[in-house]
Amino acid sequence: MKELERARWRCRRGLLELDIVLQRFMDKHYQQLSETELQQLATLLDLSDNDLWDMITTRKEPEDASLWPVLRLLQAA
Amino acid sequence: MAIARRKFDAVIIGAGGAGMRAALQLSEAGLKVAVLSKVFPTRSHTVAAQGGIAAALGNVTEDNWHWHMYDTVKGSDYLGDQDAIEFMCRQANEVVYELEHFGMPFDRLENGKIYQRPFGGQSQNFGGAQATRSCAAADRTGHAMLHTLYQRNVRANTQFFIEWMGLDLIRDEQGDVLGVTALEMETGEVMVLQAKATLFATGGAGRIFHASTNAFINTGDGLGMAARAGIPLEDMEFWQFHPTGVYGVGVLISEAVRGEGGYLLNKDGERFMQRYAPHAKDLASRDVVSRALTTEIKEGRGCGKDADHLLLKLDHLGADVINMRLPGIREIAIKFAQVDPINEPIPVVPTAHYMMGGIPTNFHGQVVAPYKTGPEEVVQGFYAVGECACVSVHGANRLGTNSLLDIIVFGRAAGNRIIEDLKKNPHHKPLPADATDKVLARLARLENQKGGENVAQVGTALRKTMQAHCGVFRFADMLKQGVSRIGEVAERAAQTEIGDKSRVFNTARIEALELDNLVEVALATMVSAEARNESRGAHARDDFPQRDDDKWLKHTLYFSADRRLDYKPVRLKPLTVESFPPKPRVY
Ligand SMILES: Cc1cc2nc3c(=O)[nH]c(=O)nc-3n(C[C@H](O)[C@H](O)[C@H](O)COP(=O)(O)OP(=O)(O)OC[C@H]3O[C@@H](n4cnc5c(N)ncnc54)[C@H](O)[C@@H]3O)c2cc1C
Repeated sequence: MKELERARWRCRRGLLELDIVLQRFMDKHYQQLSETELQQLATLLDLSDNDLWDMITTRKEPEDASLWPVLRLLQAA
Repeated sequence: MAIARRKFDAVIIGAGGAGMRAALQLSEAGLKVAVLSKVFPTRSHTVAAQGGIAAALGNVTEDNWHWHMYDTVKGSDYLGDQDAIEFMCRQANEVVYELEHFGMPFDRLENGKIYQRPFGGQSQNFGGAQATRSCAAADRTGHAMLHTLYQRNVRANTQFFIEWMGLDLIRDEQGDVLGVTALEMETGEVMVLQAKATLFATGGAGRIFHASTNAFINTGDGLGMAARAGIPLEDMEFWQFHPTGVYGVGVLISEAVRGEGGYLLNKDGERFMQRYAPHAKDLASRDVVSRALTTEIKEGRGCGKDADHLLLKLDHLGADVINMRLPGIREIAIKFAQVDPINEPIPVVPTAHYMMGGIPTNFHGQVVAPYKTGPEEVVQGFYAVGECACVSVHGANRLGTNSLLDIIVFGRAAGNRIIEDLKKNPHHKPLPADATDKVLARLARLENQKGGENVAQVGTALRKTMQAHCGVFRFADMLKQGVSRIGEVAERAAQTEIGDKSRVFNTARIEALELDNLVEVALATMVSAEARNESRGAHARDDFPQRDDDKWLKHTLYFSADRRLDYKPVRLKPLTVESFPPKPRVY
């Protein structure tokens, strides 16, 4: 219950850059995500702000390669 | 409705640098401490701070705290309280070494000492050569600070309440503060957190402006709670604007772009900064550049179909320079302005960045207000630190990297003061019978509202009103209109309606409650700005372009209940050294 709201709230970050990119991602893609992708999103949202931003701007790669599908969507958002 | 209640020695609202530094002091002293945060602690806005933390370590150039004090007083345009400024600058070295000892990964010089970089407004010898005073952990100082403090707090058994939102203060008949009411997002339950000491560290409120560099969480909740409980807000007309935020989104484009040779253009393709600052041009100080941009827009030379922004050109630097020296900026421009600066200029506007005002405190972090006999009576049981507080070390204008110092020095000082105060007052005072009446009425209003307006819509109106009427450069007629417009927004905010009435994780409700706080901050800002008939620091009046020390060398106090203003003197007397008397502020 309320998974969308929870995810939306966890997109509230300390970096404005992330607030904006995550909001775009949520508006565009969240509803279409599969169970596995929702899991990946949760893992990405648990990262610290700077790690996540580095991955979105392709400065850093995720250690866990299974995160790529959702990360690609974030990078394009 | 019976409301659950929990008791703590201290309750802290806010888990940014300020809240966590205070919490650490208390937990390590063995007190029972609760720290509430709307988001996971290390996602607090402190994480965004890149530049560093100021301290006169003298690792790169000779330095001492007295020079730092002078720079801060002058930077504040003499509105800063000199006792608090002395206190902060004197403690800077100690608190930075303490952070180092806690494990904060500062950058190092070759000799192993903490790396320092120069920043605007830092001087040697009371206004002489540039000083090098900002200690940094790469461009991630805030991040390093938050993670270090969080780890220490976990070890010290600080109890975190994550995804909890503080709603309102609890005060008794004597005016003493006895705790807060708070909402647990997961369950939607309201709880009373009773405390012998309640400390606010809720950060800034940059989201009252349409163009803001602040993250979405910065809604000024602490100020809203304080204002509703009858505590005045101090110096709310003073907001620092950064000249180059990305148009429409606010993300900061750092000064480095202009440092590399980028410059600003108006709609005629004119390099207009030459007119405003013939010598320094695009590299003039933040307030000068911000004012120039605003004047261009006001006089119809803005760009785009609404003529409401300017352009930052850097394509002449060439792809190599941009890719090598400004890669982060290029990413931001492409992502947020949909332009590649290698080919096209970046649309920018002056963007709200830092709130100098806040909840009035003394340098022990105790909240002070003119509510009994004197103008600065301690409100028993209530403390505030960080960007939500006005101590006031930044006065009318903050110097870069002095904010991270402020949050650490006064976070620690407030912790120490609470430890002392609790020795004298070891018991919880009984809660008044009506402790939760007002907050429950506020929640019930929202629950039962029919035919009300949408929260997002009112929020947008609030931000646009603030931006148009109370921005960088302030005009008498616009301010006067602004006071009535923002009053109308406040009325609309009192009648918002939410579609979702469920309990569990109701973000619509949270956003409606945040709007209540934004309204308090916006009103305080507009009313205070309208009344101050002078220009000082970040407050620039078109009709009163000069600083007026005879009439206006005083702090503003705004009272929410009747939207009344009062004033109190600036504390010009430092603790031990001689006062720095007001002088013209030239750089
Ligand atoms: C882009 C940017 C860069 C900056 N760079 C620098 C710099 O280099 N050097 C410098 O000195 N300063 C810098 N500043 C300013 C500085 O970062 C901030 O002033 C400072 O970090 C504020 O810290 P704080 O602890 O007061 O608040 P924050 O870090 O904002 O923390 C506020 C906390 O309060 C919580 N909270 C708020 N409301 C509630 C509520 N109702 N209930 C529960 N919890 C609540 C939040 O969840 C959060 O944990 C920068 C600011 C910006 C915007």
